[in-house]
Amino acid sequence: MERAIEADGLVKSYPKGVTALDGLSFAVNTGSVFALLGPNGAGKSTAVKVLTTLTTPDAGRGTVAGIDVTKQPDRVRRTIGVVAQGSGVDIQATGRENLRLQGQIYGFGSRAPRALEQRIQQLLERFGLADAADRIARGYSGGMQRRLDIAMALVHDPAVLFLDEPTTGLDPEVRADMWSEIAKLAGERGKTVLLTTHYLEEADQLAERVAIVDRGKVVAEGAPEELKRELRGDAIHVDLDREYNGGVTRALGQLEAVRDVTVDGKTLRARADDGGRAVPLVLQALESHGVGVSSVRVARPSLDDVYLKYTGRTFDAAEAEQDEANR
Amino acid sequence: MTLIRHTLYMTLRHLRELWRQPWFVAVTLVQPVIWLLLFGALFKRVIEIPGFHSPSYIAFLAPGVVVMTAMFNAAWSGMSLIEDINRGVTARFLVSPVRREALIAGRILKEAVVVVIQSLIIVALALIVGASFPGGVGGVAVLFAVSALLGSTFGALSNGFALIMRQEEALIGATQFILLPLTFLSTTFLAANLIPKWMQHVADFNPVNWAVVAGRTATSAHPDWGLAASRAAFLAVLLLLCLAFATNAFRSYQRSV
Repeated sequence: MERAIEADGLVKSYPKGVTALDGLSFAVNTGSVFALLGPNGAGKSTAVKVLTTLTTPDAGRGTVAGIDVTKQPDRVRRTIGVVAQGSGVDIQATGRENLRLQGQIYGFGSRAPRALEQRIQQLLERFGLADAADRIARGYSGGMQRRLDIAMALVHDPAVLFLDEPTTGLDPEVRADMWSEIAKLAGERGKTVLLTTHYLEEADQLAERVAIVDRGKVVAEGAPEELKRELRGDAIHVDLDREYNGGVTRALGQLEAVRDVTVDGKTLRARADDGGRAVPLVLQALESHGVGVSSVRVARPSLDDVYLKYTGRTFDAAEAEQDEANR
Repeated sequence: MTLIRHTLYMTLRHLRELWRQPWFVAVTLVQPVIWLLLFGALFKRVIEIPGFHSPSYIAFLAPGVVVMTAMFNAAWSGMSLIEDINRGVTARFLVSPVRREALIAGRILKEAVVVVIQSLIIVALALIVGASFPGGVGGVAVLFAVSALLGSTFGALSNGFALIMRQEEALIGATQFILLPLTFLSTTFLAANLIPKWMQHVADFNPVNWAVVAGRTATSAHPDWGLAASRAAFLAVLLLLCLAFATNAFRSYQRSV
């Protein structure tokens, strides 16, 4: 399958010795949705800036639709649509004016002005901005500005779309809307979407493949399900009605369906290849040993677990570390 | 062709932005009026100094105020570029096929339009309060042209520094630092033969003074066209240099993002 985006050993450091990219490599198939997942400061945005020609790498090579981003940036720019982190909306102009200028930049203003106006109207309607189209964007809500950002990135119908943290800073409700928009985009024929996010569930929901980025490198890559499957098994979490000394581990010692059994006070944790099947067995074993249970949960392995496995720290810890560094 | 079209789109964007801030428009239009009347009243009697060969101070001052206004407005051009940078608008343009030169030229062209409108107001007002410009319409047109050149030069400089500093406070500081000294190290308010010798020498290298000298001679009874042309040529060369500087400053910005 053809590669829509390729990053090969990208290196980029900033003054003051900050290394943002440290040999980052990944490849995105044409027509797929790919997510770069990592905590803030992992290098995701820098990777997008390099691949969208905003900045140049110190070393390594990036291509979009087979075009080298440092050698032929202008050709790349005609191929891509970009929704940057934050917003790129001109808040002194109306939604329609923002879209019109964006279309004019790509040459539609002089070549096909009427087709451009139609395209703008379509986009406004599609993104629920038709009523607000002629209002100054300063008065738009965060969600509206974000939708306008995406509409602007689509004016010239790009083959490759970059979405850098598209839902950061949005209300949970608005985020859900945004997810369905992105999912719709992904369905469009031949369109490739590269998305960066520090929301695990966002990558999980939207992307066909995920690359986990840590400290400027890709530490794991694959389909979300694949990555999680590598962890082998679900987590079983049982709350006990009171503390039992040792009796609990003995009760489960004979069960083949579970492993890694740990008891901490009134909490019992275990792993199982198939959580759904193991739970009745676990409950039965506990009951026969006279252990009372107040609740039980089975959790599928999350990308958080995957992140922990490959980087040796939890996602939250990595984010906190980054916030500390920024301070 | 693309460059011209892109520049036009950007110019229209900035003019529209200006138009939507009526208070800013009002201040922009009233300010030069205040300067002309205030300085005109303040220095009214300097024409009585022996050696000051001008029948009316307003007529002497008007070209200076036209030039000064052009510089004082255009020199702040970079402020809105910093706003664009902070809002992510500049980054959005830079990942599109828009010509980099157009991002600068659009702003400068907008400043030039404002300069011409302000200049018209100043000249009209000067005429109302009794000044005359014996150089006629042609002379006034030359005055407008050199002040637009000067305004564009400072606009380009301001945008270049905006891209390098990317911080409003820093740009304000630099602009404040430069504006008044350049104004006073010129013949804006006083005839050349009345200012200290060293200042006259400095003024010879001051682009503000080039514009004032060219504009003043063009609007006078006996224009020295050679002088006007040479100063206009200096300004044109300087403008080209500043445009190249500003366009190249995008590289500095792109290294930092």
